[in-house]
Amino acid sequence: MSQRVIASTAKKARKLSAEEIAEIEHEMTLYPDKKAVGLEALKIVQKSQGWVSDESLLGIAKYLDIPVADLEGVATFFNLVYREPVGKNVILFCDSVSCWIMGCESVKGHIKQQLDIDYGQTTEDGDFTLIPVPCLGDCDRAPVMMVGPDLHRNLTPEKIDSIISDYKNKQG
Amino acid sequence: MAKIVIDGVEYEVNPDNNLLQECLSQGLDLPYFCWHPSMGSVGACRQCAVKQYRDEDDKEGMLVMACMTPASDGAIISLEDEQAKSFRSDVIESLMISHPHDCPVCEEGGECHLQDMTQMSGHNYRRYDKKKRTHRNQYLGPFINHEMNRCITCYRCVRYYDDYAGGTDLSAQASHHHVYFGRHEEGVLESEFSGNLVEVCPTGVFTDKAFSQHYSRKWDLQTAPSVCVGCSVGCNTAPGERYGTLRRIVNRYNSEVNGYFLCDRGRFGFDYVNSRERLLEPVKRVDNTGELLADDEIKAVIKEFSREGTIGIGSPRASNESNFALKTMVGDENFFAGYSDSESESMAAVLTLASDKAFHSPSVRKIEEADAVLILGEDVTNVAPRIALALRQSVRNKAMDLASESRIPQWQDAAVRELAQHERSPLSILSPAVSRLDDIAADRVIESLPALVAMGHQIANKISGSAPAATSPEHDAVAEKIAAQLKGAKRPLIVAGSSNGSELIKAAANIARALHEDGEDAAIDLCLLVPEVNSIGMGLMAAEENSLGVALDKLSSGAAKRVIVLENDLYRRAAKSQVDSALDKAEKVLVLDQVTTATTAKADVILPVTAFSEHEATYINYEGRAQLSFQVHQCQKMAQPAWRWISDAAHIDDLVERCCSEAPGFAKLRDVLPGENPFIAGMKVPRQSHRYSGRTAMIANVNVHEPKQMEDKESIMSFSMEGISAQKDPSIMASPWAPKWNSNQSISKFQDEVNGELKQGHVGSLLFEKTASGSYFDVPAVAAQPSGKQLHLALSYQIFGSDELSARAEPIRERMTDAYVGICPEDAQSRGLAQGDVATITPTGAPVVVCIRTGVKPGTALLYCGDANISPAEFTGLLEIEKSAAQATSRGISSLIVSDFQEEEI
Repeated sequence: MSQRVIASTAKKARKLSAEEIAEIEHEMTLYPDKKAVGLEALKIVQKSQGWVSDESLLGIAKYLDIPVADLEGVATFFNLVYREPVGKNVILFCDSVSCWIMGCESVKGHIKQQLDIDYGQTTEDGDFTLIPVPCLGDCDRAPVMMVGPDLHRNLTPEKIDSIISDYKNKQG
Repeated sequence: MAKIVIDGVEYEVNPDNNLLQECLSQGLDLPYFCWHPSMGSVGACRQCAVKQYRDEDDKEGMLVMACMTPASDGAIISLEDEQAKSFRSDVIESLMISHPHDCPVCEEGGECHLQDMTQMSGHNYRRYDKKKRTHRNQYLGPFINHEMNRCITCYRCVRYYDDYAGGTDLSAQASHHHVYFGRHEEGVLESEFSGNLVEVCPTGVFTDKAFSQHYSRKWDLQTAPSVCVGCSVGCNTAPGERYGTLRRIVNRYNSEVNGYFLCDRGRFGFDYVNSRERLLEPVKRVDNTGELLADDEIKAVIKEFSREGTIGIGSPRASNESNFALKTMVGDENFFAGYSDSESESMAAVLTLASDKAFHSPSVRKIEEADAVLILGEDVTNVAPRIALALRQSVRNKAMDLASESRIPQWQDAAVRELAQHERSPLSILSPAVSRLDDIAADRVIESLPALVAMGHQIANKISGSAPAATSPEHDAVAEKIAAQLKGAKRPLIVAGSSNGSELIKAAANIARALHEDGEDAAIDLCLLVPEVNSIGMGLMAAEENSLGVALDKLSSGAAKRVIVLENDLYRRAAKSQVDSALDKAEKVLVLDQVTTATTAKADVILPVTAFSEHEATYINYEGRAQLSFQVHQCQKMAQPAWRWISDAAHIDDLVERCCSEAPGFAKLRDVLPGENPFIAGMKVPRQSHRYSGRTAMIANVNVHEPKQMEDKESIMSFSMEGISAQKDPSIMASPWAPKWNSNQSISKFQDEVNGELKQGHVGSLLFEKTASGSYFDVPAVAAQPSGKQLHLALSYQIFGSDELSARAEPIRERMTDAYVGICPEDAQSRGLAQGDVATITPTGAPVVVCIRTGVKPGTALLYCGDANISPAEFTGLLEIEKSAAQATSRGISSLIVSDFQEEEI
């Protein structure tokens, strides 16, 4: 019988920071059981770390004393919980019906050309990650996208150029 | 009862069921995926759609999911309606979009529920020609293969593994068409019941890994109804053989015992049958080498051992027939128990209690019905795993009650779980360390064994004042609470066992007796676990005073000259020095066994014995249920059933008959034999399916002449594909099959209703008669307290390793640990011991690995004796541990799965 030694990643749980723990503790007061806090904890860690690494996932599971498999189920269910590193600015680009009617495809083509990335990719300098979203709820000003926390409306290829340079300049 | 109309035909149905259950119970064909008979409905797959009509005038009707619709009185439905049929066909087409075209190389092919349902719903041409989604598979340990591309996302795997079996390391991940069922990272599936995924998955995502290594199609396996020999539960199994080797074991439905599920020891622990350690020839020792015995020499040996001065030592892992044959050969007074003296004491208590009217020994199914459980000192998951799975279901009875109050049908699985949240029926665990059932325990007390005994008596006294009093002031409040829970329950259950002596059994019996007195003399469920497949059968046969210690003394003192050891390694049962002196002093030692052991190394003559799958036999499980296990295949070499070597009986039926009339307690054993006239038209029942392939060509590489099929002169089964198939008689049916139903889901065609008994009954025969009215046991004297560096000892068992035979199976070996001693961090620190160190234990000086667990009672050491070197009989209640300079062996304790393993701080 073939034997396979497990190439265990042997990843260790990351100890959560005091700030993360404080925020998670607050959430725990709002829910009847710890399992329910999983999603909020993932968001808290993503806010402080930018994404949720395997080590962070283990750290949250350990802190909440819930199975890491269940937490992974929650983390992977939501597109916006990042289980891989993302750029400094995440572009959430709407390619749903209204934006499509209003020509989002040419806008996306322009982004792709300017940043040299496609959906799910991050620029080499680590500045931008491009992710599609189904709708941002602002159809009357389509096409729209979000960069980080900011909503950008009535997009055109020209607008894209200034938005990109704005964010680059902002970082200095 | 209610009446419903299905396609114009009226049926009497149970209104508590849903329409899918009732369609299947009525023998109709309706496709389904996410529903499983033991797991209820979630309505996820939309495959069982039927047309339901408001009344007779309603010609339009509407589509409903049969599994989500109650079979209420007056319901009118149609399975044959064109819209319903096309809906089911469209659903399966979409489920199949990414399913690969790999049936010819898929292990599930030929017994695949997905294949059956696809055929049934009429989807036979694929229109989808785009790219399929693909997944990466995970390494899941030595038992299970993972092939996620085949997944149709029915969610049955996680509903079984997490919700039913309490696993925590398999989850549903991602969403829409990326949904993935796996672990958070590669690694061994931790649940002791992971093997059932193979049967629960409707297609080939989870398959039997060891079987894949030497694969054969279901219809090419020779199969017969068998009983698992891994522990005392006696789960029903269907082993399959091809080309002379045993290939796999799957579950065989028994409504009272195992239902649909086995544990991983039972499913993956059979490989020793094929191993090189098997004894296959009769040999005698000549100058320390084995020499083949000729036939007349064997006769001479048997004659010699039939003379005065021979004693026989029986075996809890051998059949009733073999133990009985030995007992007959040496005489009742010379037949001795083949388990440790401590176990003899426990067995005496178990057998006394078995005939007591105050108690009822519950079947696995009845255990599931308990609404308050107390486990006293027994690690059920590692001793009788299938019962641990049943206990997990028992705590859900609270949820079922809540559902009834809210008028939610019990089969509405998601709704019932949502309603109940964390509400469970009370289950309390009193043990020396945390256990694998702690996650469902309402209360748990971690204490040393003597303290647990005291607490048991204290609970009994709190239930009924006539029980002898004992105090355990520290836990008074918990004892009070547990006593109240048991008193208030409709069906309380007390679980104990022989793992750590008879005192816990006696304390458990007092609790049950107190409940019996309190509860107007209803028999109380008292489940007493014993370690081996036929512990009870052998226990019934050996006289109480004929313990192993007495036998060994007789040999050492010369009072007995010769000994016959039946299927037993005495070094696992008694102290090494004691066995050594007995076997060295004996003039001649005859050992009958399946595999080489430390005892066969001391034998003058060894007669090879067939394994469980190579002979027909009866065994008696923990509750006194006798069951018949058929021969599956022939042993290719010279091994024979032990009884055949030592008795002149021609047939197992003869021995069963004699056993019934001669051995006390066995009167009802004959009920397990097939009926008077089991043959249809004088034809035997074939062990091979009607599709068995290659019969004329199987050995063409050796000889092109087709040999005559081997005859089976004894059994009602034949080693052939000819005869009348057992399909009409489930009592001799190994592998269910019905037209259109090639997978194990065909079982519904043979049950009187879904989840019910098999139509012609096949639940075994309960041997114990309730005749006696006993009284309370006394509270034992205070046990010896540890002095100096001593610790209280608690023997610990492992599902993978503690059973002698399955520990020799390759997949099981990959999951085993070395002998270890489990202690709490404080006790480790005070002895200068670190995690994984090697220590020696007194009195034997044997090396063990140190396992530091935060959930062990301070002052107590758990000792797991490993699979070979340490005999638990060496130890009494106390233990000393000292650090040793020796290195840990390669196996170590890395594969130990416990929740309280002390890790380094991060």
